[in-house]
Amino acid sequence: MPDLNKIIDIHELAKKYKGADHYSVNPITFSVLEGEVFGLLGPNGAGKTTLISMLCGLLDPTSGSFEIDGKTYGGNASELKKIIGVVPQEYALYPTLSATENLNYFGSMYGLKGKDLKKKIADSIEILGLTKFASKRIDTYSGGMKRRINLIAGILHNPKVLFLDEPTVGVDVHSKNVIIEYLKEINQQGTTIVYTSHHMAEAEDFCSHIAIVDRGRIFAEGKPNDLIDATPEARNLEDVFLSLTGKALRDA
Amino acid sequence: MHKLWQSIRKELLLLRRDIGGVIILFAMPLVLIIAVTLIQNAAYQRSGDVRIPILIVDNDKGNVSKSVFDNMNQSHAFELITKKEGVDLTEDSAKDAVFSGQYQLAIILPQNLSADLQAKIDQNVDKMLTSFGMGDSTKIKTPEREIGQKTVKLYFDPAVQMSFKTAVMNNIDKMISQIESKSIYDAFNEQLGAAGQPSFEQKSFIAFKEINPTVNNKEVKPNAVQHNVPAWTLFAMFFIVIPLSINMVKEKSQGTFIRLRTNPVSSAVVIGGKTVTYLIICIIQFYMMLAVGIWVFPLLDLPALNVDANFFMLTLVAVFSGLAATGYGILVGTIAKTQEQSAPFGATSVIILAAIGGVWVPVFAMPKFMQIVAMCSPMNWGLDAFYDVFLRNAGIREVLPEISLLFLFFAATITIALLYDKKKRSV
Ligand SMILES: Nc1ncnc2c1ncn2[C@@H]1O[C@H](COP(=O)(O)OP(=O)(O)O)[C@@H](O)[C@H]1O
Ligand SMILES: [Mg+2]
Repeated sequence: MPDLNKIIDIHELAKKYKGADHYSVNPITFSVLEGEVFGLLGPNGAGKTTLISMLCGLLDPTSGSFEIDGKTYGGNASELKKIIGVVPQEYALYPTLSATENLNYFGSMYGLKGKDLKKKIADSIEILGLTKFASKRIDTYSGGMKRRINLIAGILHNPKVLFLDEPTVGVDVHSKNVIIEYLKEINQQGTTIVYTSHHMAEAEDFCSHIAIVDRGRIFAEGKPNDLIDATPEARNLEDVFLSLTGKALRDA
Repeated sequence: MHKLWQSIRKELLLLRRDIGGVIILFAMPLVLIIAVTLIQNAAYQRSGDVRIPILIVDNDKGNVSKSVFDNMNQSHAFELITKKEGVDLTEDSAKDAVFSGQYQLAIILPQNLSADLQAKIDQNVDKMLTSFGMGDSTKIKTPEREIGQKTVKLYFDPAVQMSFKTAVMNNIDKMISQIESKSIYDAFNEQLGAAGQPSFEQKSFIAFKEINPTVNNKEVKPNAVQHNVPAWTLFAMFFIVIPLSINMVKEKSQGTFIRLRTNPVSSAVVIGGKTVTYLIICIIQFYMMLAVGIWVFPLLDLPALNVDANFFMLTLVAVFSGLAATGYGILVGTIAKTQEQSAPFGATSVIILAAIGGVWVPVFAMPKFMQIVAMCSPMNWGLDAFYDVFLRNAGIREVLPEISLLFLFFAATITIALLYDKKKRSV
């Protein structure tokens, strides 16, 4: 694969929290190609959030380095922040503000304003089926509705790379489907997606490329079907995970 | 600029959604200042009637002890107690009552105080007149008796303040000196045979009058209103540390703080939005307090606040005080992890800063040591600057040291907050 297509290039990236006795992410090296939906799959505590937090610039790595679209946080951090979108694992919204007010604020932090921003907010809310609730306060929303607004807040500026940390956890089936469909559409428009999940079935359908993570290590990496084919007697990713790590995946 | 404006808008929106909190923010200082000023005013008017009960044991029962009683009754400061449970006090019973904390002071007048004082004075006057050759030669010389020094004993409750002790001792000393000198005059009068017609002016020749320094005919010591309005405004301003730190702690627990860190916006803009918003609140608080001082106090029979032409300077001092308060709130909000940490810490620290800064007891009324400690409180800098403007008609040059300190405090708190934040990222 030519280097040109690598939008994320990670080299020996590792994280050991201060005071911890082991690495939460052991030195890992991999890259993500432009246009991919890249899934980081693993159980709770595998190190997914730690890894993605470093990529989002929220956490300083202990060692190693990475580039996103040729940029680093050490250089002009805000140039990098402009091209990435982040959807955190926890809802990150002001509960007393309405969906529109929240999105207007976070959109303006990307320098968006005026009619463009208004239209982008209205369209996104419409696609995710929340138009009726747009001016209601977030603290009146259900978990699934909050997740959808949380997602919109990360994509208003049409990021080149979108990071999502367990965007479907604790969400009803309907919301989950809406979210996955929306992400597929965004991906088709050219956004590279890096997403974490401990839900193998969902990832099998959604991801073009996956890495199986446990205890801070990557156990295998490749296209979902290739991984299944390469593992004897595996019918799905769940089986691949079992045979690689010697344990069943707790599906919390 | 657009991001800053949007940040301010968001903070204002958040405040609007928390109307209860905003009302407390504005109502609390108003209630406080009116209540405190009314109470202080009432205390000043009443203080004439409040007498401190003290024990007095009169073993002398002569004209000196009578003078002491008269003098102390006239001063209206003390209520003299000579009996306990119907029994005349003795030195021992009085001492016990004081040391057990029931009374603050017992005065023991020794036996024969009057007689011995008189005898001593007579002896001395006699000696002096004889040496001038004016002695009363007809008088039968009695052999000179040795008269020892007399001691008036004072028993203090160990818990009383030093200043009370010194004041009482000075007063008694002065009282006895007066009695002594009066007796001396009387002795001379008698010996020189001019009894009946007072040939000496017996009133104190030297009197004291307290004069406060004045500048441009204005007293430098603030009156209750000139103290209370700025003092409680500063207190209210610094109290925004509570809503502001809660606002910041909430952003951490809501995850919005994390999201903002992934946005291409600098911490300076985010903090700037908070600073401007809470500074606006501080200024509104200040104008409301001024309005109370100017228009509400007269309605309550309190002296009105005289703002004269100092409005601009007062606003300037308020802005810098507000900056210091906001910086402090941002620092507490940055370091605190939970509301359970930030609210009690914020409240307690503001009360301590207010106390040492002279909000409750004005600094000029504090003991020397506390006056030095007071200089550590940013509220004291603000208060000093307000005094300067109210009492000395100060211009920018005169308040420059204080507002510079306030600005440095703001800059320092923000810098520490930013550094702390940066350090947190490398966990
Ligand atoms: N702030 C932290 N300090 C210390 N250890 C942490 C911290 N956050 C996570 N960890 C540890 O790092 C490991 C990976 O956690 P995390 O990245 O959250 O996993 P995942 O997102 O895959 O569930 C876990 O063992 C967790 O206990
Ligand atoms: Mg996680």
